[in-house]
Amino acid sequence: MDGGREINPVPARPDEAQVPKVGVDSWVASHEGRVRMNRFQRELARVPRPAFYAAFAVGAALVPALTNDAYVVRVGFDTLLYMLLALGLNIVVGYAGLLDLGYVAFYGFGAYSYAMLASPKFGLHWDTLAVIPVVVVATALLGFLVALPSRRLVGDYLAIVTLFFGQLFVTVYQNGNRISFLGITRGYDVTGGPNGIPDVDNWNLGGLKIGSVEGYYYAALVVFVLVLACVYLVDTSRTGRAWKSLREDPLAAEMMGMPVNWLKLVAFGFGAAIAGLTGTLFAALNTAVFSADFDVPTLIIVYSILILGGAGSLGGVILGALVVNVSLEVLRTPGHATWIFYIILLATLLVKLRPWRVLVAVLGGTIAFGFAAHTIFASAWPRSVHGASNIGGWLGRGFDSWSLHPSNGHTIGNVAFILLILAVLGLTLLSGWWRWIAMIPTLYLAAFVWDNSLVVEPSITRLILIGVILIVLMNARPQGLLGTSRVEIV
Amino acid sequence: MNWNLFVTELVAGITHGSVYALIALGYSMVYGILKLLNFAHGDVYMVGAFIGYGLITVFGGAEALSINIALLLVLMFVSAMLGGGLLGVMIERFAYRRLRNAPRIAPLITALGVSFFLENAAQLVLGAQFQSYNSFSWKNGELWSKGFMLPAQVHVGIAQVIVVAGAIILMILLTLFVQRTQTGKAMRATSFDREAAAMMGIDVDRVIVVTFFLGSALAGAAGVFNGIAYQQVWPYMGFQAGLFAFIAAVVGGIGNLPGSVLGGLIIGLAESFATGYLSSTFQEAIVFAILIAVLIVRPSGVLGRAAVQKV
Repeated sequence: MDGGREINPVPARPDEAQVPKVGVDSWVASHEGRVRMNRFQRELARVPRPAFYAAFAVGAALVPALTNDAYVVRVGFDTLLYMLLALGLNIVVGYAGLLDLGYVAFYGFGAYSYAMLASPKFGLHWDTLAVIPVVVVATALLGFLVALPSRRLVGDYLAIVTLFFGQLFVTVYQNGNRISFLGITRGYDVTGGPNGIPDVDNWNLGGLKIGSVEGYYYAALVVFVLVLACVYLVDTSRTGRAWKSLREDPLAAEMMGMPVNWLKLVAFGFGAAIAGLTGTLFAALNTAVFSADFDVPTLIIVYSILILGGAGSLGGVILGALVVNVSLEVLRTPGHATWIFYIILLATLLVKLRPWRVLVAVLGGTIAFGFAAHTIFASAWPRSVHGASNIGGWLGRGFDSWSLHPSNGHTIGNVAFILLILAVLGLTLLSGWWRWIAMIPTLYLAAFVWDNSLVVEPSITRLILIGVILIVLMNARPQGLLGTSRVEIV
Repeated sequence: MNWNLFVTELVAGITHGSVYALIALGYSMVYGILKLLNFAHGDVYMVGAFIGYGLITVFGGAEALSINIALLLVLMFVSAMLGGGLLGVMIERFAYRRLRNAPRIAPLITALGVSFFLENAAQLVLGAQFQSYNSFSWKNGELWSKGFMLPAQVHVGIAQVIVVAGAIILMILLTLFVQRTQTGKAMRATSFDREAAAMMGIDVDRVIVVTFFLGSALAGAAGVFNGIAYQQVWPYMGFQAGLFAFIAAVVGGIGNLPGSVLGGLIIGLAESFATGYLSSTFQEAIVFAILIAVLIVRPSGVLGRAAVQKV
C-alpha cells in the first residue's frame, strides 16, 4: 500500500516504564510502585498465575478422596458449576464491560437443550460427545442473536434488554407445553411447561458412563480446568486486550480501528457458550430441568460471586465462588451459622475499631449490656428467656444467660430485623463517642435478630445476605477481593 | 368485531397504563438526573402497596371497614407517598450517594443488590403469600358496583375512575412542580448538565434528594392504585412492574416526562390487548418486541430527542 517504502521503526521512548498503561489513570497505574510488599508477598507475586490455578485444581481433585460424605462432594460440584458460570460472565462483564443481565438464560438454554437431546422426551439419546458441540454452538449463536439488536446500545439499555430477555426465557420455557405456530396449528409440548423435562440421561462419553456424584465432580473439574485454560489464553491474547480497551473506553477503541460491534458479539457468544456447557452438567446430575432454576436469584448469585472476587480477575472467580457458595451451604445448619455470625462480627470489630481502648469498651459494654438486659427481661417477663440458642456445651449455656430467646421469637425477631436495619442506618449518621455508645445496643440487637429470626429461615437469609454483600462491596471496595482498582476517565 | 371485548381491554389497558406511567415517571426522573437505572424503584412501589394494605388491615380489614372509604383512600395515598418517598431518599443516601463518580457498572449492581435485599426482607417480614386489597367488598362493593356504562355494555367502576383520575392529577401536579417552581427549574438544570448546574450555585445533592423523594412518592401512590384496581400485593410484585415501567420509560423517551406517560399507556394497552386477544403468556413477548422495535427504529424513544454524545 505504501509502495514498499522503508519505514523506520519507532524508537522506544526513554521513559517507557513510567508511561501509564492504556486506559488507566496514571495514579492508579503506578499503584504497584507505591505498595510496599514484605518478602513473602514479593516472592508470591513472582509466581506465575497458572501455578495458582494448577494448585487449586490439584487441591480440588483431592476433595472426594478426603471425604466419604456425598453431600460435601455435591456442594463441591455446585461450587464448580458456579465457578464455570462466573468464568463465562467474567468475559462479558469483567473483560468487555457489557452488563449482561440475561446471562442465566443461556445456562438454562444449555440445560434444556441437553435434556431435549438426551432424554425420553423426544426419544433421543445422543452421545454426550455429540451433544456438547451442538449445545455449545447453539448457545453461542443464541448469544449472538441477543447481542445483535443490543450491540448499538450503551450500558443501561443493554442491561434492560438482556434482563428482559432472561425473563422472556423463563416465561417461554414455563409455558412451552402448548406451543402452536401463530395459533394455527395445535399446541405442541416442547419444554414440558412447569413440569420441566424429567428422566434426563447421564453423561455418556462415547460409552464411558458417568453415574455417581464423584464422577460428575471430576467431570466438572476437568471441564473447569479446560475452560479456565481457554479463558486464560484468550485473556492474554489480542482479542482479550481489545475487550479490555473496549471496557475502558468504547469510543477511543472505535477510534483506534477496533471492530467494536464484532468484539461485543464475540464476548456475548463466548460467555453464552460457557454457560451452555455448564448447563449440560447441571441437567445431567439433576436428571431433570425446570425453568424456575434459571431465574433472577441464580443470576444474582453468579453476579455476587463475580463482584466479590473482582470482575476481570480469574483467581477472583475461584475465590468468590468458594466464599459465596461454601458459606451459603454452611449457613443451612443453624449451629454453624451462629458460630460464623459471631466470628465475622468479632473479626469486623477487631479490624474496624481503633484504637484498642474503644474496642475493649464496646465489646465489654456489649457483654455487660447483654447480661443486664437478660436479667431485667427474665424477671419482668419470663417468657422472653423461654427458648435456647443453637449452640450447645458450656459456651452455649453461658450464651443462654446472655442472649434473649423469647418463646415467640420468630415474630418478634422479624420486627426487630426492621429495627436493626434502621439502627444500622442511623449509626452511620452518628459520629464520635455517640457512635460507640449507640453501637452497643445495636450489636446486641443484631445478635438477637440473628438468633431468633434469621438463623431459622436459612433460604431467605442467604438471599438477603447476598443483597447486602452486593451493596456493601460496591460502596466499600468496588474492585472486589482480587480485582485491580481502576478509574473511569471522563 | 367484538366491541365488548375491545372496550373492556381498552379500559383495562388505560387503567394499568396509568399505574405504569406513574412508576415510569420516577424511573425517568432519576435516570434523567443521575443516569442511574434504579432497579429498586419497583420495590418502592411494592412497599407503597403494602403500606396501603397495612392501613386496610388496621381499619378492620376489607369486609368490615370501620372508616369512610374516601377518608381511607386519602390516608392510604398520603402514607404510601410519604413512606415511599422516605424509602427512596434512604436508598439514595445509603446506597447510591457514594457511588456517583464510580465506574458505571457499580451503581447498577448496587441497585440490583438493593432490589434483591428489599424483596427478600419484605418476604421475611410480611410472608411470601399473596395478600388482597379486596376492594370488591369494601362497604358492600360500592367502589365497583357504582360507576357508569360505556358503549358496548362495558361497566366502569369508580375504582378504575379513581386510578386514572388520580394518576392524571399527580402527573399534572408533577408537571407544574417541574415547570413552575424554583426547585423544578433546578431539577431541569441538573438533568441537563450536572456539573454546570453545580457551578451555577445549585445544590445538586438537595436536587437529587428531592428527585428521589418525588419519584419514589409517585411509585408509592402507584402501589396503592394497583392494589385498588387489581387487588393482589406480594413481596415480588415490584420486579416485573418495575421492569415494564422502565421499558415504558425507554419507549416514551427516557428523561422526558410526557414521554414516560405515553410509554406507560402504550405498554399498558399492549399488555391488555395481548391478554385479551392472544393469551396472557404472550404479554412479555409482545412488550419485548415493542422494546426491540423502538430501540432499533428510534433509540431515543417516541418523544425523546436524539442525544448527542459529547466527547
